[in-house]
Amino acid sequence: MEKEKVNIVSRFGRFAPKTSTRGNLITYGLVIAVFIVVQILVVTGNFSSLWKGLLVPLCTYVILAVSLNLTVGILGELSLGHAGFMCVGAFTGAFISLYMENAVPSAWIRFPLALLAGGLAAALLGAFIGVTVLRLRGDYLAIVTLAFGEIVKNIVNVLYVGRDADGLHLSTTNAAALKLGAGGEMLINGPQGISGTPMDSNFTIGILLVLITLFVTLNLIHSRTGRAIMAIRDNRIAAESIGIDITKYKLIAFVISAFFAGIAGVLYSHNLSTLTALPKNFGYNMSILILVFVVLGGIGNMRGSIIAAVVLTALPEILRELSDYRMLIYALVLIFMMIFTSNPKAKALREKYALRKLWAKLAAKFKKGKEAV
Amino acid sequence: MQKGVAVIHYRGVCQLDFLTYLVTGISLGSIYAIIALGYTMVYGIAKMLNFAHGDIIMVGGYASFIMTSTMGLPPIVSIIASMLICTTLGLFIERFAYRPLRQAAPLAVLITAIGVSYLLQNLALLIFGASPKSYTSLVSFPALKLFDGQLTITGETLVTIGASVVIMVALTLFIKKTKAGHAMLAVSEDKGAAQLMGVNVNFTIALTFAIGSALAAIAGVLLCSAYPSLTPYTGAMPGIKAFVAAVFGGIGSVPGAMIGGILLGVIENLSKAYISSQMADAIVFGVLILVLLFKPTGILGKKITEKV
Repeated sequence: MEKEKVNIVSRFGRFAPKTSTRGNLITYGLVIAVFIVVQILVVTGNFSSLWKGLLVPLCTYVILAVSLNLTVGILGELSLGHAGFMCVGAFTGAFISLYMENAVPSAWIRFPLALLAGGLAAALLGAFIGVTVLRLRGDYLAIVTLAFGEIVKNIVNVLYVGRDADGLHLSTTNAAALKLGAGGEMLINGPQGISGTPMDSNFTIGILLVLITLFVTLNLIHSRTGRAIMAIRDNRIAAESIGIDITKYKLIAFVISAFFAGIAGVLYSHNLSTLTALPKNFGYNMSILILVFVVLGGIGNMRGSIIAAVVLTALPEILRELSDYRMLIYALVLIFMMIFTSNPKAKALREKYALRKLWAKLAAKFKKGKEAV
Repeated sequence: MQKGVAVIHYRGVCQLDFLTYLVTGISLGSIYAIIALGYTMVYGIAKMLNFAHGDIIMVGGYASFIMTSTMGLPPIVSIIASMLICTTLGLFIERFAYRPLRQAAPLAVLITAIGVSYLLQNLALLIFGASPKSYTSLVSFPALKLFDGQLTITGETLVTIGASVVIMVALTLFIKKTKAGHAMLAVSEDKGAAQLMGVNVNFTIALTFAIGSALAAIAGVLLCSAYPSLTPYTGAMPGIKAFVAAVFGGIGSVPGAMIGGILLGVIENLSKAYISSQMADAIVFGVLILVLLFKPTGILGKKITEKV
């Protein structure tokens, strides 16, 4: 019995998630509690419009962070193209919504369809990338995902799609090449992107999507499949030798991660009147930002990702004067967190002064004192 | 007769256009090659992808820019000084960010390297601002005019190509002929065994970083001389593309980095000219993906057998 309690020490040290239902419930409870608190604040009028505008992006970031954590923490591969999946999801979702706006007036039917389409498009791209490059390891995979992210952004910026009485027209040169008939409308206008997407996303839907993402991810981690994925992360050769199909399980994790990034993209796009693929929102910087959430929250720790995403999105709004230094702080967070968690000396230091240990020592002393009395 | 001359002339112009693109491509490729040399050496010896390498190029660009434009130093002095600055920076990064993680998981090292790259970009952004600085070329070499002035090869191009060849030859000789070079080979082969043979592993890795960073400074000067707009993000894209070049040529191989760099520069420039300027980057990255799919070890790379 005692042996089962031994923590799985992965090659990342303590990054292995704790397997407990209670932990999961705490995570769900945390999200629901935040939702209720925010709703109370909104109803009582204690919530400024600035903060209200931040709520949907917040949900987007949380979903992105949790889904990237699946790749980085559970699969143990670094993806630097997470914003690319988000981009594909955002554009597919917005396109579907715009295309069906007149045919399906009800947002309750249209938005789930857009979500599904965006998620599936991203998952498809994820499967394509996964099949081609998941046999590469470590650094190569990181650089290829980065390359794919940039390619996606490049392609979206030269995509022109319009619609008239004849149906859809597609071009990769300019809007005039579409030769739209009278009454035709532009759906995707190259670098100007998609405008006029119906504003279908709101905070409630965002929280709902966060909960769904968490439910799927946490259940995956604690399933047989999840254990297989973590086994590959911890020791690929050992996992292979006991008959785990490396490619299959890697692909499962990667595609699910891409799917939820696509969902986050759809949520993001339906909160904006104009959607453009800039380096700022879908480029390398966005991928790094999500990675910062994951690293700060603790690699492999879903609850940590959520907290980090919320704190790092809210903090710059609270500390407006620090906004110039925001990126600098993110960079330092990445470096120091890595040294703090992976350097042998830092590890020893941390274990020596761990809060839990100090607390236990204090309690022991207190007990002794009591006994002496 | 008259008609024939006209046709030949017409075709001649066409070919000269192609030659111009080719020469600019080789020039850009030579810059990639110099950057890729730094990547490939660090990757071969420290087994890590130094993401910050591209940003050291940017630092070299800014250092030489300030020394020539603001302080008015002669070009050669500012080039040497920016090499020194970049070398110091490279050593500093190696000592404080990478050395503590020598025994850590590759993922941790990679994330740290990304952090360092991001840090350099944002420090430059805070110090120099986001607006691009117009860089005055440090190369005062006369342009070469061929075919009655129809084909002009700029001085920058000549110097870049010359510099990359000199650097490659010098680096190859250094690795093959000197004791420090042999130490580098030994460390890249087997770190533990090299240490047992009395090689100072930490010193060798630091030396590699120093050489790579000095090369990055040269690449920065050449890059900014050829493309005179300097921003905090100047180094990021060429850095990533140079990594593509290093993988293309076979990571860890000095001549491979050279061949990969020049091929990549030519591919990029020709696709800009003949396919689409917006899609050029996508095509370059597409090349990377194809190379990794069909020949993951690159053109001149060694096949690594995995030991269990």
